[in-house]
Amino acid sequence: MADEILVRASGLVKVHPMGGVRAVDGIDFELRKGEAFGFLGPNGAGKSSTMRMIGCVSTPSAGELRIFGLDPATDGARIRARLGVVPQEDTVDTELTVRENLYIYGRYFGLSRARIRERTAGLLEFAQLEDKASEQVGALSGGMRRRLTIARSLINEPEILLLDEPTTGLDPQARHVLWDRLFRLKQEGVTLILTTHYMDEAEQLCDRLVVMDRGRIADEGSPRELIERHSTREVLELRFPPGEQAIRAEKVTDIAERLEVLPDRVLLYVEDGEAALAAVHARGVTPITALVRRATLEDVFLTLTGRTLVD
Amino acid sequence: MTRMHLLVERNLMVYRHTWSLLVAEVFEPVLYLLTIGIGIGTLVGHVRGTGVAYPQYVAPALLATAAMNGAMNETTFNLFQKLKFDRVYDSILTTPMTVRDVAFGEVCWALLRGTLTTSGFLVIVTVLGLVHTPWALLALPGAAVIGFAFASAGLAVTTYLRDWQDFQLIQLVMLPMFLFATTFYPLGVYPRPVQLAVECLPLYQSIELLREPSLGHIGPGLLVAAVYLLVMGVLGLAIALPRLRRTLLA
Repeated sequence: MADEILVRASGLVKVHPMGGVRAVDGIDFELRKGEAFGFLGPNGAGKSSTMRMIGCVSTPSAGELRIFGLDPATDGARIRARLGVVPQEDTVDTELTVRENLYIYGRYFGLSRARIRERTAGLLEFAQLEDKASEQVGALSGGMRRRLTIARSLINEPEILLLDEPTTGLDPQARHVLWDRLFRLKQEGVTLILTTHYMDEAEQLCDRLVVMDRGRIADEGSPRELIERHSTREVLELRFPPGEQAIRAEKVTDIAERLEVLPDRVLLYVEDGEAALAAVHARGVTPITALVRRATLEDVFLTLTGRTLVD
Repeated sequence: MTRMHLLVERNLMVYRHTWSLLVAEVFEPVLYLLTIGIGIGTLVGHVRGTGVAYPQYVAPALLATAAMNGAMNETTFNLFQKLKFDRVYDSILTTPMTVRDVAFGEVCWALLRGTLTTSGFLVIVTVLGLVHTPWALLALPGAAVIGFAFASAGLAVTTYLRDWQDFQLIQLVMLPMFLFATTFYPLGVYPRPVQLAVECLPLYQSIELLREPSLGHIGPGLLVAAVYLLVMGVLGLAIALPRLRRTLLA
C-alpha cells in the first residue's frame, strides 16, 4: 500500500497553443501515496504547466499521464473530485465571505450542506480564520487568503493536494505558519505535490523532488541525495570588488573541487570550508567578505544547469 | 450529471450581498416609461392604426429591453470581470465542474435575472394601469426566452473581448438597436427595405414576442419570434463553448 503509485507520467509534453512554446518537453515521473513530492525550478521551467496537467485543467500535447490509474482526457471530473488544488494566484471568490467560499466550493464537489457544515468548523480552525468567517474575502491579508485557499482545497478531503508555489509573495512569518500547516497535512497522510523556486521550502517539505529546467527534468531524488550527488559538503562564498570576480577566482581554482563564478561572487565547492578559506588567505587573496555554509539545493541547481534559480 | 445549478447557487449567494443592483435595473425602464411612454404619450395619444394608447404600446417594448439588458449585462460585464480579473472560473474548474457547467450555469442565471427584472417591471406597469389582458402574463416565459437568447449571445461576444474598451463596441450596437427596433413607434413608419432590416434585429423579435400578447394578439407570429430567439441562444452557446474551453483550459 505504501508504494501505491498515484500519478504516473511518461514522455509528458505540453506545447502551448499560443506561440507554440514547449513548456513541458518530455518528462517522466511517478508519485507514490503519502509522499511529499516537489518540482523545483526557476520561472518558466514548466512546473505550473505540469501541475495544470495533473490537475486535469490542461490537456497533455503528447505522452501519457495517469492519475489514480485514470486517464484525465476521459475521466477529468472523476479525478478532480479526489484532488485538492492550491493555484499559484489566489482565486478565492472575492464577492463572497470566508464561510461562503468554503460552502460553495464544497457544493461544486457535490457535498451535502450538512457535510460541508461539519467540515467548515475544522477547516476554519486549521486556517486560523475562525474570527474572519463572516468577512468578505477582499478584506483579508495575503497570508489569510492563501490559508483560505488551502482550507478550501481540503473541503473534499483530497487524496492528493497540489500546491503551485504555495508561499510565493508571503512574508517570512506567514510562510512558516503555512509550512507548519502543510507538515500537519503530510502527517495526516495527505499526498502533497508542490512546486517552488525556494530552496529552503523544497528542503523542508519534500521527501523527493525533481529539478526542472526548460521543460525537462535535470535530476531526481531526495534533497539530501541531490546535494550529495551534485555538490560538496560545504560551500565557501567569496565576494570581490565588482568586475574582479573572474580574475581573483583564477588564483584559487585548485583549492576547490569545483568553482562557480557568479556576477557578484565566487563559489568554491569544498569538503571543509574553513580549511579552504585558510588556504585562500595563505595565497594572499583577500576577499571583501567570506562565508562558509552548508551546500543547498541552490548549489545543486547551479551545478545541473549552470544558472541560479532566483535572479 | 450536470452541475450548472451550482453556479446559479453561487450567483444567488453573491446577490444576497448586492441585491440593490437588481432594483437599480428595474429603475431604468421605469424612467423611460415615465418620460417617454407617459410624458410624450400625452402628446401622442393613440398609436396610429392600432387604437392603442401610447404608454400601453411602449411598455411591452421596455419589458423586452429590460429582459435583454438584465441577461446581457450578466454575461458581458459581470462575466468578463469573473473570467479575466477575479479568475473565478479557474478555481471552479479545479473541482468536478466542467466548462459546460459554467457556461450553461451562467446563461441560466442570466436569463433568470432577466426574467426577475422583467417581473419587477411588469408589476409596476400593472400598478400604473397599463395592462388590460391576462395574456400579458406571457411576458414572463417570453422574458425567459429573450434572456436565453441575449445571455448566450453575450457570452459568445465576451469570449472575443480583450479589455474594457471593447465594451464601447457593444454599446455601439445595443443603443441604435434599442432606438430603432420599434421600441417607440410601429414598423409601418419605415420604408419597406428598412422594415426588412429592422425585422432581422433580435430586439425587434423580442418586442414582438411581448407586445403582441400584451395587446391581446395571439398568433403564429409569436412562434416565429420565439424560434428566432431560441436559435440565437443555441448558436451563441455553440460559439461560446469551444472558445471558453480554449481560454480556460489552455
